[in-house]
Amino acid sequence: MSGASSWSFREEDSRRIDEILTSFLHESSARTALIVDRTGQLVATVGQAVAFDPTAFASLTAADFSANDQLARMLGEPEFGALFHQGERESMYLADIARRVILVVLFDNETTLGLVKLRVRAAVVELNKVFTDMFTRADAGADAPQVESGFLGEAEDEIDKLFGS
Amino acid sequence: MSMINYASREINCKLVYYGPGLGGKTTNLEFVYNKVAPGSRGKMISLATETERTLFFDFLPVDLGTIRGFKVKFHLYTVPGQVYYNASRKLILKGVDGVVFVADSQLERMEANIEAMQNLYDNMTQHGYDLMRIPFAIQYNKRDLPNAAPIAELQAALNPGWSVEDPARQRLTPDPDHPGEYLVWQQDGAWYERAPHFEAVAATGEGVFDTLKAISKAVVKTLG
Repeated sequence: MSGASSWSFREEDSRRIDEILTSFLHESSARTALIVDRTGQLVATVGQAVAFDPTAFASLTAADFSANDQLARMLGEPEFGALFHQGERESMYLADIARRVILVVLFDNETTLGLVKLRVRAAVVELNKVFTDMFTRADAGADAPQVESGFLGEAEDEIDKLFGS
Repeated sequence: MSMINYASREINCKLVYYGPGLGGKTTNLEFVYNKVAPGSRGKMISLATETERTLFFDFLPVDLGTIRGFKVKFHLYTVPGQVYYNASRKLILKGVDGVVFVADSQLERMEANIEAMQNLYDNMTQHGYDLMRIPFAIQYNKRDLPNAAPIAELQAALNPGWSVEDPARQRLTPDPDHPGEYLVWQQDGAWYERAPHFEAVAATGEGVFDTLKAISKAVVKTLG
């Protein structure tokens, strides 16, 4: 492999993830579920709209999860499959999906950690399958990311405009 | 390479500023943050110590706008330069699309530059990435200081050129930013390539956007 791995995210993938997470949120009474990839990019958000900057949130989530992954290894664990951060009103639960993305569940006092953990198991199994299929497809080169011809020239013009020519 | 999200029609590219401690990586991002129109950039996040040394990373998202139906974003990251923060430095390289190495031009920082370059190479290799095959640029910062080493000396130490085995790349390629110099050239029958380099004074912004433009264009080219 020459550079970082590439993958693309299709509309049918998005629909399937949306279904799984909508059902999970309903069953667990959690507020919002986000999918963040391990490089720090936001992949999907389902449920109540968030009041914070989701881009910054995604980069911090990935860093948090990666740092904890290293801590797990130092303790002789292959990984921490899940993390929990508890606040007075707002809490978050993070779970690994297919070793490539992270499910982040945001919830408040309307539910309990026990219920979230109970309901998240099934969602994680289903999401694992969706993402494993997606990455298998990407690794096989079945849908190498592509952009339209003309994209490159326009992108260069925008770079010149934004960063000064 | 970057993630293309066909569902939300977004392309996100990750650029990482690497280099020795106190070399000016954070200063590069701060200058970009202050100069880019507020509508085109997000919040800058700095995970720093009380003395403003980068502890984990700085993060700045920059929005290029919508191109051919896709929202294109660059996520700019710095790594902590201090040697003992290697674990967190390595984490930030995950999924990188382009690297800027910010070297400190001061003569007495030559060893630190070389050590950081070797560390970058090692960490990329451990992730399974090949530094010579992904967009990579070198910025020689602090050119205004009286103890700045000559560019030729910095180039010889940090960017001497690597051999090019792929016949498709064995083509004399002039350096567009330095007339009379080459990015790919032949010497004694062998072909060599080196990363594009830029001189900068990040504190005043000189060279900051030249570097960013070059690396972001190189990353965009990998999408085509």
